[in-house]
Amino acid sequence: MKETTIEKKKKRLVFRSILLAVMVGLVVFALISNHNEDKNVVAKGEEPPDFQLKKFGTEETVSLSDYEGQGVMINFWATYCEPCKDEMPYMEELYDDYKEQGVEILAVNLDSTNLVVERFLSEYGLSFPILHDKDGQVMDEYDVGQLPSTLFINPEGEVEEEVVGPLTLDKLEGYLDEITPKS
Amino acid sequence: MNEIKCECGHVNPEGTVLCESCGKPVADNQHLNGNDDQKLLNMRYDGSARRSQTYNRTIIDKVWNFFSSVKVGVTLIVITLIASAVGTIFPQEMYIPPGSNAATHYENQYGLAGQIYYQLGFHNLFTSWWYMVLLAMIGISIVIASLDRFIPLYKTLKTQKPKRHDKFLKKQRIFGTTESTEVNMELLKNNLKKHRFKVKEEDGSILAEKNRFSRWGPYVNHIGLIIFLLGSLLRFVPAMYIDEFIWVREGETKVINGTDGEYYIRNDEFLLENYDENDERFQEAIQRNGQPVPKTYQTNATIFKRTDDVVVGADPELEEIKQAEARVNHPIKFDNFTLYQASYQQNEFRDMTFELHDMDDEDTTYGEFTVDLSDPDSEYELDNGYRVVLDSYFPEYELNDGEPVSKSKYPKNPAFVFNVYPPDESEPEVSFAGIGANVDGSGENDHKVNLVDFDVRDVTGLTIRKDYTLPFIALGGAIFMIGVIQGMYWNHRRIWIKPKEDGVWIAGHTNKNWVALKREIEKVTKDTGVSSPADQQELKG
Repeated sequence: MKETTIEKKKKRLVFRSILLAVMVGLVVFALISNHNEDKNVVAKGEEPPDFQLKKFGTEETVSLSDYEGQGVMINFWATYCEPCKDEMPYMEELYDDYKEQGVEILAVNLDSTNLVVERFLSEYGLSFPILHDKDGQVMDEYDVGQLPSTLFINPEGEVEEEVVGPLTLDKLEGYLDEITPKS
Repeated sequence: MNEIKCECGHVNPEGTVLCESCGKPVADNQHLNGNDDQKLLNMRYDGSARRSQTYNRTIIDKVWNFFSSVKVGVTLIVITLIASAVGTIFPQEMYIPPGSNAATHYENQYGLAGQIYYQLGFHNLFTSWWYMVLLAMIGISIVIASLDRFIPLYKTLKTQKPKRHDKFLKKQRIFGTTESTEVNMELLKNNLKKHRFKVKEEDGSILAEKNRFSRWGPYVNHIGLIIFLLGSLLRFVPAMYIDEFIWVREGETKVINGTDGEYYIRNDEFLLENYDENDERFQEAIQRNGQPVPKTYQTNATIFKRTDDVVVGADPELEEIKQAEARVNHPIKFDNFTLYQASYQQNEFRDMTFELHDMDDEDTTYGEFTVDLSDPDSEYELDNGYRVVLDSYFPEYELNDGEPVSKSKYPKNPAFVFNVYPPDESEPEVSFAGIGANVDGSGENDHKVNLVDFDVRDVTGLTIRKDYTLPFIALGGAIFMIGVIQGMYWNHRRIWIKPKEDGVWIAGHTNKNWVALKREIEKVTKDTGVSSPADQQELKG
C-alpha cells in the first residue's frame, strides 16, 4: 500500500470521527435539555437558588443564604392543601430537637391572603419560621408543581432529597437526620 | 485496496465507476451503479467513487456508511412521518383539558386504543426522546450522505477531460455518429458558445458544458435544512428562546416569567368585546356555539423594570418603562420580549359587600361592610357599636367530609364565617355566608349577614416569548429555497464531440429535461455537417 493512501485513510478516519462526535454531541445536548425541561423541583445534588422572603406578618426577611453550613428543610405549603396541613404537626414535633442540632425548617407559604394564614397559624401554633411567598415567585424559581413539596438541603448547600407529596413522621425524621451537620 | 489507473493515465480513487478523466467504465466496479454491458451507462454522481466499500474496517466507517445510505435516510424519514401521523390521532398531553390525569384520560376518552396510545408514549410524542433521536438521525444522515456524494461528484466534474473514451460516449443516452469529412468544427464551437456553453478542447475533442452549478442545488438545499435544524436546536438554550405563560389579575403587579425577575407587569384593565347577539349576521353562529363569541380582547398593561438587584421573593424597586395594550395578534414588545394576549378568565370576585340586619326583617340595617377578597380585614366595625369578626375565609369554598375548606387561593367561590358581636355582647353570633348560602351557626341568631353587592375582575393570560432563533430558521429556510431553485430551474448539460477518422461522434448528457437538450443539440449542430444524434433510450423502448 502506498504511504499517501495510508495517510489519506488516516485523515479520513479522523475527519469522520470528529464530525460524528460533533453531531452526537449536539444530539445529546438536545436530549438532555429536553429532559431537563420536563422535570419538577430543583434536582438532587444541585445547589438550590437563593431567595429572600419576609417572615409571615413581619418585616423581617429571611434568605436561604443565611443558613450556610446548616441543614435546611424547605417545605412548600398552603392552607388550601389538605395533606400540607397534616404534616405540619410532625414538623412542629421534631423542630426543637433538630434546631439544636443545626437544622432549620423554612415553611414557604403560598397563600395570597394574610387573614387565611393568620387564622391557620393561631390554630396550629407553629414555632418554625413561616415565610410568605405571596406571588409564588420562589415556587416558580424552584419549579414546584405540586403541594406539598419538600427539599432537604445538606450543610454543604446541596439538595440531599426532594419529596413531592406528603411526608410521614418517620420519613421526615429520616430525611432530617440525613441533613444534620456532623460535629 | 488499490487505486485504479485508467488506460488514459488518470489515477482514480477506489470505488470509481467511470474514470474521472475519460469516462471509461472501470470493469470491476460496474455493479456499484448497476451497469450492464447491454444497457446505457447509469450516470448518477457521474460514476464517482462515493462511499468506498473498503473504508469499512473501523466502527466509525461502519457508522458512517450506514448513514451515508440513501435507503437508510428514506427509511428514517418514512418512520418519522408515520410516527408524526400517529401522534395526531389523539390530542397530545398538553392539549388535554387542564387538570385531567393523562394516565386515565386517554383510556376514559378513547378506550383501549387510547390506553395503548398512552402506554406507548404517543401522548408526548413530539418531545419524546425517541422522536428526537429519529430527527437527529435524519440530520446526521443528511450531513453524511451529502458529504459522501458532493465531494466525489465535485472532484469528478472538476477532473473531467474533453476527450472521452469511446465506450463512455457510445453508452450515453444521446449519441450519434456522423460519417463525413465536411464537419465545420469552428461553426459548431461558435454555436455552442452562442448558447452559453463553456467549450473546452483537447486533441480536437470538445466538451461543451453549462449550468454545472445546478448540480449543487440538492447540497445547498441540505445545508439549509441543517441550519434550520440547528436553529431549532438552539431553542433549548434558554438565552436564545423563552416561551412562558402568566395569569395576571386586574390591578395586580406580577413578575414576568422568563425574564429572570427583571420585569414586572401590572394589569390595569382587561377588556372583552363579544360579537353582537342582536346582529342578524352572527345570530346563527352564536346560537350554535351556545355561548357568547369573543370578538376581541385586550389587556391594558404597564411594564416595569426592576432597578435593584434581583433577589427571588424580595420586594422589588420598580421603574415604569412602558404603558401598552396587548390584543390578539398585537403583542406588547419590550427589550426583545414579546407579550401575546393568549387567554383570559372572567368574573373573579374582587370584593363583596355585606349588610347586617335583623334575622326576620330585611328592611332593618345595622350597617354595611366591604370585604376585599385579596386582603380581607380580620374585623369590621359597624355603626351602632356592632362588630363583625371575620373568623374564617375560604376563597374557593367546598365541603370536604362536612368541613368547609378552600380548593385554591383564588376567590372563585368565596365563603366566610362571621362572628357578629352586637353592642355590649361578649358572645358572638356565628353565621356562615357564601354565594347562595347563608347559614345560621347556632339556629338562634338574632342577626343576619347578607350579601348585597360584589365587584368582579378579570384575569388575563399572556404568553411571553423571546426568540433569537428565528434569524437562523429564516436563514436555513432561505438557503433551502435557493438550493431548490438552483437545482430545479437550471439543468446541467454536457455535449461531447470526438473526431474520428471518418467523421465525428457526438454525445450528450443532462441531469433533467432531455427534450430541451435534444432541441439545443439540434440548434447547435445546424449547418455544421453533424447529423443529429439519437435518443438511445427511446430507440430501445
